[in-house]
Amino acid sequence: MDQQTLIYIVVGATFALYLGIAIYCKAGSTREFYVASKGVHPVANGMATAADWMSAASFISMAGLIAFLGYGGSVFLMGWTGGFVLLAMLLAPYLRKFGKFTVPEFLGDRYYSNTARVIGVICLILASLTYVIGQMTGTGVAFSRFLEVSYEMGLSIGMLIVFFYAVMGGMKGITYTQIAQYCVMITAYTVPAVFISLQMTGWALPQIGLGSTLTEHGTYVLDRLDQVLNELGFAEYVAVDEHNRINMFFYTLSLMIGTAGLPHVIIRFFTVPTVKAARSSAGWALVFIAILYTTAPTVGAMARLNLMETFGTTEATEMVYEERPQWVKNWEQTGLIEFTDKDNSGTINYSSNPEENEVTELNRDIIVLANPEIAMLPDWVIAIVAAGGLAAALSTAAGLLLAISSAVSHDLLKGVFKPDISEKSELMAGRISMAASIAVAGYLGFNPPGFAAGTVALAFGLAAASLFPALMFGIFYKKMNKEGAIAGMLAGLTVNLLYVFQHKGIMFVASTSFLGDLDPNWFFGISPNAFGAVGAIVNFIVAMVVCKMTPEPPENIQHIVDDVRVPVGSSLASGGH
Amino acid sequence: MAFQNETLKKQYWRDNLRIIGWLLAVWAFVSFGCGIIFAEALNAIHIGGYPLGFWFAQQGSIVTFVVLIFVYAKLMDRLDRKYGVQETEDAK
Repeated sequence: MDQQTLIYIVVGATFALYLGIAIYCKAGSTREFYVASKGVHPVANGMATAADWMSAASFISMAGLIAFLGYGGSVFLMGWTGGFVLLAMLLAPYLRKFGKFTVPEFLGDRYYSNTARVIGVICLILASLTYVIGQMTGTGVAFSRFLEVSYEMGLSIGMLIVFFYAVMGGMKGITYTQIAQYCVMITAYTVPAVFISLQMTGWALPQIGLGSTLTEHGTYVLDRLDQVLNELGFAEYVAVDEHNRINMFFYTLSLMIGTAGLPHVIIRFFTVPTVKAARSSAGWALVFIAILYTTAPTVGAMARLNLMETFGTTEATEMVYEERPQWVKNWEQTGLIEFTDKDNSGTINYSSNPEENEVTELNRDIIVLANPEIAMLPDWVIAIVAAGGLAAALSTAAGLLLAISSAVSHDLLKGVFKPDISEKSELMAGRISMAASIAVAGYLGFNPPGFAAGTVALAFGLAAASLFPALMFGIFYKKMNKEGAIAGMLAGLTVNLLYVFQHKGIMFVASTSFLGDLDPNWFFGISPNAFGAVGAIVNFIVAMVVCKMTPEPPENIQHIVDDVRVPVGSSLASGGH
Repeated sequence: MAFQNETLKKQYWRDNLRIIGWLLAVWAFVSFGCGIIFAEALNAIHIGGYPLGFWFAQQGSIVTFVVLIFVYAKLMDRLDRKYGVQETEDAK
């Protein structure tokens, strides 16, 4: 059977599975649609959260980023996992105890204000929509690369699948599909990693393989990598860049706070039965995420080493272009890798010097996508990688779309405009806004705005600077009032947007950037991507100052806070409410 | 079930904050400390082929995060029982 047929069969089988789950998990009430009846087992929710969280970027791009950034790539590894510690200890159990359906709903109730709720909805929609564009383009790219259909066709198929299970099943359908998607994507990620680690070091566990010796040379993998990089004139892999330390600190912190504040992740913890389950479920989520995240550094380092040894590390071993391996030929066709024989020598010189370098295009996504071929793995592994990439993009897209549609139907429609809407109409409204969100996301996928690449950073910035501090104050500071919270959210949002826009251009149109995206103009050397943490600090300060100058929140609000702080019942036996 | 009096409620919350405080101190130490600030110094030490600072940044911190959350869940479970505010099986 040829490879293409195999890919069709594997991807087709996974899609059939998702559709089967959709039919089995139809949602019959708003409780099922928004929070899967709060009946999901903590381990199952952990798995669903892992799929919800790990996007096309985690699956396809992260190992490549690490491969080319080396130690610098650690910001993503620590940032995107460390946030779960914050989520588990500072937000998830308390918001679960609060027991409602959405994140803006907590803000509205806790700050006794529809304004706070609407600002919450705006931040949520901005963050989730920018995030979903990446998933949509990821779906289209994965389809077109593996299934040999056009980008538009691929995107349409992806949208149709999501439409089917998200509109019918809501959170219930999404949860069980995400569990299946997690299994597909983790298999797709670890199988090639285990093989490549075995081939190079003899160790099956990639996490150990990276720290051990190469069977061929007897030298440590990382030492060999540094040696080769040195020969070619690149920066060392494990070396710490001292000048970048402050930026790295803030970048990691921003990603952590942003991770904890992203609504599509938070709402996953509304689906478990108890507060206790919410706590352990966060741990399980991180276990499932860590399996991929601790494997990624191995994939990155080993694939980079493999790549460089294919191209040749010295003049004598340079790759003869006519004798290039089959996988290089395959990926040349996609344009992800390109050679220009500048000196007409017939050999390819890979060098850090741009004038001499003859590897003129080397897309970092190739590290994961071509990994099975570089390691010469059987065709079925390549088919699973295709299914895995699609699972990663679709699972995250569905989670984001649910966050958006529940904010529209539950917070805006029922919460603000039409409080007397019946349960049945709200469910219908939920389905309609889900369908509309898919349409909007699809439109953005077909016409990706020019600024799409920069926007994931913006999503984290928004979550970190506006949502996270307001949620934390709501739980940990009883005296925080609506004036403080609203002022804080707006201040965090504004500072973050201004900083990002002045360096990246207004709405990411580069020509409108009046400071330029150059290091000397960065505030204390903090890059725009890393500014979310600063926005969060501004939010905290503004909220505290405004809170001190305005009246305390009413008594009954302080009772709400008391209640969310304990797992059971009202906090006081004689509380009287 | 709930607290008998205001003092117990305050104590429960203070104990909770103490647990979070200690665990987040470890969280910051392994990631921002070992993984970033002291990474260069720690790189002088090797475990196998891993320079220690690099290991913390790409492996150790993540493993520690997982352990921290489960420790937190365990400690909070114990705290809930101590104060008699644990959820019963039917509390959904």
